[in-house]
Amino acid sequence: MKKASILMIVGPLFLLGLYVFPLWNIMLGAPQYPDPLGINIHIDGIRDVNEFDIQNIDGLNHYIGMKTLPKPEEMWEFNTFPKVIGLMVFLGSLIGILAYLGKLSHKWFLGWFLLMSVLGVLGMYDFNAWMVDYGTNLDPNAIMKLANPDGTPMTYKPPLFGHTKMLNFDVTSLPATGAWFMFTGMMLTIGAFFLGHKHQRSNKLFT
Amino acid sequence: MKKVKYSMLGLLGLSMIFIGCNDPGKSSNGALASSAAEKVYIAPGQRDSYYAFLSGGYSGNLTVYGLPSGRMFKEIPVFSQFPTSGYGYSEETKPMLNTSFGFVPWDDLHHPDISQTNGELDGRWIFVNGNNTPRIARVSLSTFETEEIIEIPNSAGNHSSSFITENTEYVVAGTRFSVPVPQRDMPINEYKGNFKGALSFISVAPDNGRLNLEFQILMPGFNYDLSRPGRAKSHGWFFFSTYNTEEANSLLEVMASQNDKDFIAAVNWMKIEEYVKNGGGTKMPANYAHNVYDEETHTGTSTMKKEVITVDPTDVPGAFYLLPTPKSPHGCDVDPSGQYIIGSGKLSADITVHSFDKMMAAIEGKKFDGEAYGIPILKFEEVMAGTVKSGGLGPLHTEFDDKGNAYTTFFISSEVVKWNVGTWEVLDRKPTYYSVGHLMIPGGNSRKPFSKYLVAMNKITKDRYLPTGPEMEHSAQIYDISGDKMELLYDFPTHGEPHYAAGCPAELLEPRSKKIYRLDENKHKYVTSSPDQARVERNGNEVHVYMSTIRSHFTPDNIEGIKVGDKVYFHITNHEQDFDVPHGFSIIGQNTSEILVMPGQTKTSVWEPKQVGVWPFYCTDFCSALHQEMQGYVRVSPANANVELSWSLGE
Repeated sequence: MKKASILMIVGPLFLLGLYVFPLWNIMLGAPQYPDPLGINIHIDGIRDVNEFDIQNIDGLNHYIGMKTLPKPEEMWEFNTFPKVIGLMVFLGSLIGILAYLGKLSHKWFLGWFLLMSVLGVLGMYDFNAWMVDYGTNLDPNAIMKLANPDGTPMTYKPPLFGHTKMLNFDVTSLPATGAWFMFTGMMLTIGAFFLGHKHQRSNKLFT
Repeated sequence: MKKVKYSMLGLLGLSMIFIGCNDPGKSSNGALASSAAEKVYIAPGQRDSYYAFLSGGYSGNLTVYGLPSGRMFKEIPVFSQFPTSGYGYSEETKPMLNTSFGFVPWDDLHHPDISQTNGELDGRWIFVNGNNTPRIARVSLSTFETEEIIEIPNSAGNHSSSFITENTEYVVAGTRFSVPVPQRDMPINEYKGNFKGALSFISVAPDNGRLNLEFQILMPGFNYDLSRPGRAKSHGWFFFSTYNTEEANSLLEVMASQNDKDFIAAVNWMKIEEYVKNGGGTKMPANYAHNVYDEETHTGTSTMKKEVITVDPTDVPGAFYLLPTPKSPHGCDVDPSGQYIIGSGKLSADITVHSFDKMMAAIEGKKFDGEAYGIPILKFEEVMAGTVKSGGLGPLHTEFDDKGNAYTTFFISSEVVKWNVGTWEVLDRKPTYYSVGHLMIPGGNSRKPFSKYLVAMNKITKDRYLPTGPEMEHSAQIYDISGDKMELLYDFPTHGEPHYAAGCPAELLEPRSKKIYRLDENKHKYVTSSPDQARVERNGNEVHVYMSTIRSHFTPDNIEGIKVGDKVYFHITNHEQDFDVPHGFSIIGQNTSEILVMPGQTKTSVWEPKQVGVWPFYCTDFCSALHQEMQGYVRVSPANANVELSWSLGE
């Protein structure tokens, strides 16, 4: 159980990587942008991949009536996410420590993992909702109003995951380093759960 | 009959094959050698491996090419007004062309030289000279813009310039025409013994490249044609070729070609530097312009300097010697080791090579053959290391590879001759098309040449391209010099008249080439740092428009309250921070040129409206799909009107 508890203490600490590394990355390449433009989505805001990328993406998007990319103060998420992550790291490690001291069972590990997963899915849902708004809620006075072949107005929602072609741009959206840190941390906690589970079963066998 | 016909066709086919094999563009090095076309072909999206900077001669500007493709990338305005960018027309760049003669909008740009550290190209700056109104310019190799121009007093025909010492301590400017110093009213035919030839040493500040005229040597009244620094063992010396040691003042064609030998002047600048540092030399009143362009304020300023230190060569014994060199030498080239000084007697068939070691021994042993105006003349046979019996006519200029070979142009016999430095044996010769002046091997004037390509710059074009009337651009040829024999690869036209060039590997400059100017570092006096600061201010009849641009509108784009007789300054700040998105500005009836404003930059165009009306202005650079919409109007009212000054966007 000690090994499992140590894993449970360490696992949530990996989420601290989210304070340093981006959660998600979206790149936009086009013939006239041989060096693609890109944004990194951090838990506390959106940043350039290369300096001035945000300004240049906003500059391009104004033609089709898209809003500018939000500044941290323009979205509550960028204020809340860091707090939620901080709380979860604290909770997770606390559970680990208490389990190490024998005050909690390994089932709490699974509890933490499930809560984190629910929060993660909610986060993705929220992120996707923002992208839908960003890509479809267009200025009615946009300079260029483009339509799909079926006559419906063209929208510009970036993909949540993977690649898509938007006008002349290739848009690729993928999890970034921070997401991999979170993934690793969460896998460690689920590992801690199974290790704890195995330990309990073998203990039961001997008693 | 039929059979005969077929065999005739067969013969024809065979002869076609032979003709094919004789294609002069093809390599003769055997079947495996790639074709000349492959060697110069840079596929779409690929880049050249070398930069080449070709002097533009009477265009006054410097052109940037790629090697081996021969494609021209840019014309950098230096000494000439350039409407393409507004250089010399914008308020910020007008001071760059200021001289003691006032605004001089043109010059004859001759010899580019890239800055060096320890005798190797370092790619910080390129220096060029204006021949007509003596000036030296420094061009940044990160912005590819002219940053500084200094006028050279007491000089005329600034030709043996702008060559640098091996750590870029000095850029050197020698006079081609000797003149009275100081200038005065005197009979021309009293030239001999009275005119002086000034050799100027301009220091280059190591951190920012700022130029300062440290001292001028007032040499005898010869013509100082070309010059080269000593390097490695001969570092500390500078060599100048001379002609008209006869000191003729008329019909020089004949009168200056009488002496069997002229001189290469060897100048120990380190000795003179020390002499001046210890208070030597004479302070002489002078008047010359020093123009500096500041990258942060995007603005040039011109200052008049009033004094120069002159040095009489007889006052510094041991610092000046004359090396007799046959037949009005033009080129005066120092090999990468610093051991040999090559004098190309342009009216001769042979090339004379002097040895630095022999020169030092001759000085030590006082092997003199008289003197000229107090300067010792060294004995010819004591300093000469060898003669290249070329079989060509009219040698002009020599560059070097990294394998101990030299390449000399021959103007009269129109060819490049490759020879060995040391054995003086001719190894190869190739014709040029036509009448080659100068040649360039990247790094060929340094300790470390890059021996891949040689560019021959020709004076005569004739039939090389489709004719374009009596006036043709000059032509250059690229040779592959990586093998034993030179191989002609390609012809390309050059702009103006290249008198020399400098080249370097692309990787030296490519990573440092600036893409944009940062708007948050723009310290222009009239910057509009955000669109809400765009405004119009009146001060008497002077009106300042603070205008910003971004794809694709001007802020403001409607201006009223301007009157006939006003002087309107449009200060345009480009708010783009994206590579290669300039905006232009032009307005009807502008008496200057348009201006092209780079991302993050501010430039100013002056407009003096002369007629009442509503006059449009527009962006001259196709900036986006809405470029045609990037326009605005200025309402011009009569001088006595009461229309209030106002400006707007989108109202």
